[in-house]
Amino acid sequence: MSYEISRNIVKNELVDKIEELSGQNVFDCYQCGTCSAGCPVVEYMDIMPNQVMRLAQFGATEDLINSKTIWICSACLQCSTRCPKGIEVAKVMEALRSINLRKRVGTLDPNKIETEDLQDLPPIALVGAFRKLTG
Amino acid sequence: MNLPYYPGCTLKANAENFEDSAIKVMEILDYQLNEMKDWVCCGTVFSMTTDDLMLQLASIRNLLRAEEQNLNELVVLCSMCYNTLQRAKKFITEDEENLNKVNDLMYKENIRYEGTVDIVHLLTVLKDRVTFDKIKEKVKKPLSSLKIGGYYGCLLVRPKEFAIDDFEDPTIIEDLFSSLGADGIAFPYRLECCGAYQTITKKDVTIKRTYEIISSARRAGCEAIVTSCPLCAFNLDQRQKETSEEFVEFEQMPVFYFTELMSVALGGGWNKNWTKLHYVNPEQILKEKGLI
Repeated sequence: MSYEISRNIVKNELVDKIEELSGQNVFDCYQCGTCSAGCPVVEYMDIMPNQVMRLAQFGATEDLINSKTIWICSACLQCSTRCPKGIEVAKVMEALRSINLRKRVGTLDPNKIETEDLQDLPPIALVGAFRKLTG
Repeated sequence: MNLPYYPGCTLKANAENFEDSAIKVMEILDYQLNEMKDWVCCGTVFSMTTDDLMLQLASIRNLLRAEEQNLNELVVLCSMCYNTLQRAKKFITEDEENLNKVNDLMYKENIRYEGTVDIVHLLTVLKDRVTFDKIKEKVKKPLSSLKIGGYYGCLLVRPKEFAIDDFEDPTIIEDLFSSLGADGIAFPYRLECCGAYQTITKKDVTIKRTYEIISSARRAGCEAIVTSCPLCAFNLDQRQKETSEEFVEFEQMPVFYFTELMSVALGGGWNKNWTKLHYVNPEQILKEKGLI
């Protein structure tokens, strides 16, 4: 009996969307873990960057869309810079954030920013957070 | 010599000390930073999705304004503006379809955006045009015995195509401070993210980043940190308040914009108004070293 091993078996529309928005082929990843090893905020993530790539390969997109990880990533590009396969992992994270944001799902409610912080925060912090974290 | 200059929002608010000291330092070095007209916010963060060109317009409009004003380059001080403008320009100009679409979106503009304006960071100007040798000649008060950690963060070195120096092992800030007579120390966490805008929603993350970055600098022997990013400066300086509350053994360290210390070294002095924009007292170490 022959069995075809193909990405078509596991991929779904959301994987297509992630690849379209990120411009990356998630199947390029061979799980070396360099992205997770270099990530400065990996300790706060529920799914490590290399696991994000693996779950995307499996088509487990719901877990990714609902993960904490994508909101912890600040797009510092350490992972993208060091990936030996040239995958821009940060762009995959951005695609996952964008899929949420375009459904108006975000993590920042401007009304909940502490007043003391509002007086001190530089404009770049506020604008940056609004752009990355509000739908 | 005149240099067209793009300030960005934060240099007009929380980082006035950065702009003020940069203008002063460049005057001492016989360069005039001329603020471009009609600039707006650069958008602060580059949008990495492939399809939404609207998110690039803030950056592109600034570059279009510069083209309108017949400028062929913009000198930028803020690391975030530098990075965002560079990446937006590349994303839009390297693809003809994107370029056409963006121009369609800006149909009310008088001219078409072409992508002719170069974006240059002030550190690059200091290294390549002014040169560190010339800066060394102009030093009036050498920053002798001052041990400085240059904090690059993310945006001066990543993505690597826009790195102002080697993206894994830069020396531009250390070299600059050596020419000012200081001891420029390359400490291990100098290229690590400070947590950036997470400082709003995930304060605990930035507090831990600040703790780790400053502690890394302390272990390497640094007495102060210099940066060119107002958001890094906020996280590394202002957040030391919370960092001290969270980690009892944490020792505070002053954080400067590189131009502030250049001013001290080149005879421009220290402006008292800069002090109030710092959290950790910046004057103490300068007084201890007899620099002010």
